[in-house]
Amino acid sequence: MSKITIPLGPQHPALKEPENFMLVLEGEQISGATVNLGYNHRGMEKAAEERTYIQDLYLIERVCGICSHSHTTCYITNVEELAKAETPKRALAIRALFGELERVHSHLLWLGVAGYEMGFETLFMYTWRDREQVLDCLELLSGNRVHYSINTLGGVRRDITAEQKAEVLKRIQYLKERTNYYIKLATEEPTVLARTQNVGKLPLDVAIERGAVGPTARASGLARDVRKDEPYLIYNELDFKVITHDSCDVFGRLVVRALELVESYKMIEQILNNLPEGPIAVKVPMRIAPGEAVNHYEAPRGEDIHYLKSNGTDKPERLKVRAPTLANLQSVAYMLEGGWLADVPLVIAAIDPCMSCTDRAAVWDPKKGKTQVYGWEELRKMSIEQYRRRGVDFTRL
Amino acid sequence: MESILPLAYIIVFPGFLFLAVYGLLLQWVDRKLCAVMQNRMGPPWFQPYADFIKLLAKEVIVPDYAESRMFRALPFFAMAAVMTALVSIPVWTPGALFSFQGDLIAVIYLLTIPTVTFFLAGWSSTSPYSTVGSMRVLTQLFAYEVPLMLALIGPAILAGSWSVSEISAFFAAHPSLIPAQLLGFGAALIALQGKLERLPFDIPHAKNEIVGGQFTEYSGRLLDFFLLAVDMELVVGAALVNAVFLGGTLGLAGLAGVGVFLVKTLFITFLLALLKVLMARIRIEQMINFCWKYLAPVAMAQVAFDIFLKSKLG
Amino acid sequence: MKKPARVFSEVIKHLFKKPATCAYPFEPARIMPHFRGRIAFEQDKCIGCQMCVRVCPSKAIEIVLSKDQPPAPAPVEGQPAAPAKKLFDCIMKLDHCVFCAQCVETCPKKALIMTQDFELAHVDRKELRRHYGK
Repeated sequence: MSKITIPLGPQHPALKEPENFMLVLEGEQISGATVNLGYNHRGMEKAAEERTYIQDLYLIERVCGICSHSHTTCYITNVEELAKAETPKRALAIRALFGELERVHSHLLWLGVAGYEMGFETLFMYTWRDREQVLDCLELLSGNRVHYSINTLGGVRRDITAEQKAEVLKRIQYLKERTNYYIKLATEEPTVLARTQNVGKLPLDVAIERGAVGPTARASGLARDVRKDEPYLIYNELDFKVITHDSCDVFGRLVVRALELVESYKMIEQILNNLPEGPIAVKVPMRIAPGEAVNHYEAPRGEDIHYLKSNGTDKPERLKVRAPTLANLQSVAYMLEGGWLADVPLVIAAIDPCMSCTDRAAVWDPKKGKTQVYGWEELRKMSIEQYRRRGVDFTRL
Repeated sequence: MESILPLAYIIVFPGFLFLAVYGLLLQWVDRKLCAVMQNRMGPPWFQPYADFIKLLAKEVIVPDYAESRMFRALPFFAMAAVMTALVSIPVWTPGALFSFQGDLIAVIYLLTIPTVTFFLAGWSSTSPYSTVGSMRVLTQLFAYEVPLMLALIGPAILAGSWSVSEISAFFAAHPSLIPAQLLGFGAALIALQGKLERLPFDIPHAKNEIVGGQFTEYSGRLLDFFLLAVDMELVVGAALVNAVFLGGTLGLAGLAGVGVFLVKTLFITFLLALLKVLMARIRIEQMINFCWKYLAPVAMAQVAFDIFLKSKLG
Repeated sequence: MKKPARVFSEVIKHLFKKPATCAYPFEPARIMPHFRGRIAFEQDKCIGCQMCVRVCPSKAIEIVLSKDQPPAPAPVEGQPAAPAKKLFDCIMKLDHCVFCAQCVETCPKKALIMTQDFELAHVDRKELRRHYGK
């Protein structure tokens, strides 16, 4: 059978963000896959150098819509390290609480996306309906559903009242029940098993070799979790397990994420019930002394690394973000090869890709062929010409 | 008057107009039911009609590399074949409009034509997605067609006739035999779901794998008629299953017959919608496995049972 | 352990339940208290320190001198003439604003107020450039 090359993306219903996968197909099976990055490059690291530390906070938050708290926490830990600020304990606890709430909302979102990619729309609708509960919690505590902006230099911006605590605990209780139902549903429904088991295999040695992080690595039996390996915030005081699974396939990633949800609920209850007393923020000067700092953070998708260099002014000299998806994308090409075309969306979704996180640098290879870049005016002229040939005149518009 | 009446049958009821309006209505019922079962609101009742009219007004784009004449003609072939099939299926009377011995086979073959046009549509539009989609259409055809036929043969053997009208009349006369067809009915429903390319068998146009599958390059009016043909196929498929397994209108005619027909097709639509929400989409090779390993033997068992029953009844 | 149609009972239950979604533009959306919405401005509190402008991550705020300035207060006998209190206008570009409410926290005189107003979409871009002040 002749081979055909199918482009999956940059515009494709399975991908929520622009990214390109070139798949070489033999019938329904994939004999080769290449990942092309760079469709979502926004020049954020450069933009961060033009803004003050406090303005950067809101810029870094927008690196990614789902792990917005992860990025700001990682960034702000760097800033506070450089400024030698003593962040109050209560602020750290609230940051950890948001981190876990964010993990819950990200994993529930992933569960829905996985359901959608395997064509199980009922699972998609149910999980996203229940995800509203945690989004409501976040809105209640921070004032927004996605970009919580809870972090500020030296602490957090909003305190948690007793009523808010009760409300969050009530909703977490509901989510616990639902999550147990989804775990049963996903591990017992035969069509889900048929679609996820032995799909997108990533053996342990390959996972280590390609530097997989987060749930992708943990589903290959690699117990790698920054929260345990090098506890930040108040994670050393919390009681939780690192979930691993050794099936090395999409099913394992599903189980790992579902069980991590349960761990997160546990942690949220622990944090809320033992919230330390005290102030929620200290003052941090506008100008930060020269220095360098690197920090990592366990984002819902895996290890997120931020590097920050300050030069004594109120603006950073250099900021570098290594998002978890970039680490995991190396494994995607491996997982796709030899699989079925039908599994491609699921395998890609299984690492929970976040392209807007990843595209921080773009490399373009001009040797691939002649590239012609059309500007807006040229495109407009061409389309007007195209329609004039069909008898429609758009020149006056 | 004598010559006008059949024409009215074909164009108005139960022909083209009824099929189009009812097909779109069933599409809404299906979408609404799925939505309610998924705890959503679902579209308002006029959504399919509004979509239909809106798509009619849209521009038709024919790809440069496509076989233009075939590309344009295929949707109408699909629609015509589906409409022709309805002529031999009883809708509001115990007998069909034009019934002859062996029309069951004719109906099955007429219902295969839309699938073949889907394949040709994908193949002639030459884009990678539609090529993969059309390959899947054909592969899937080989998977569900045999169980569907086997499932429909059972009642035919029992009734001792190859005419849809006579089969339905037979079951209307012996309603006690209807429950005995449960296995075949289930197999036929699942195969019908495959034929209509709905979840979990919407593999040929699985949107998150191959975008629009065989319809990727279709737009405007042409896409509209293809989608209408699929909706009509839903009505015809439901009517066929109703006539073959559930005794058609149960011997009623006129308004009562229409009522029975509507209730039963709505019920079948509900079952199909239920199938849609219960499962994840399976892979094409899993579908073939499933159809040949489980569905075809089930249908075969029904045929064997019907032969046994027939010998008992004499 | 495989259970075909595992979701069946849940699906049937939902046939008799109210939908979880709401027909938003026709029904009011529920938002939480302290939701971060449009920023409002109280002119008489503003001292024109420009702190909000400096801190805004998206450069959405401009603080400018009002066109009509109040007259200087009548000089009191025996004291140096008091300068007139200046009035400032706030131009809020809602198409730039990211609704982080950092300006509200930074404002030393609490002249900027966070509201729960979030239905700000408009077909005319000029309408998004709100000019607060007389």
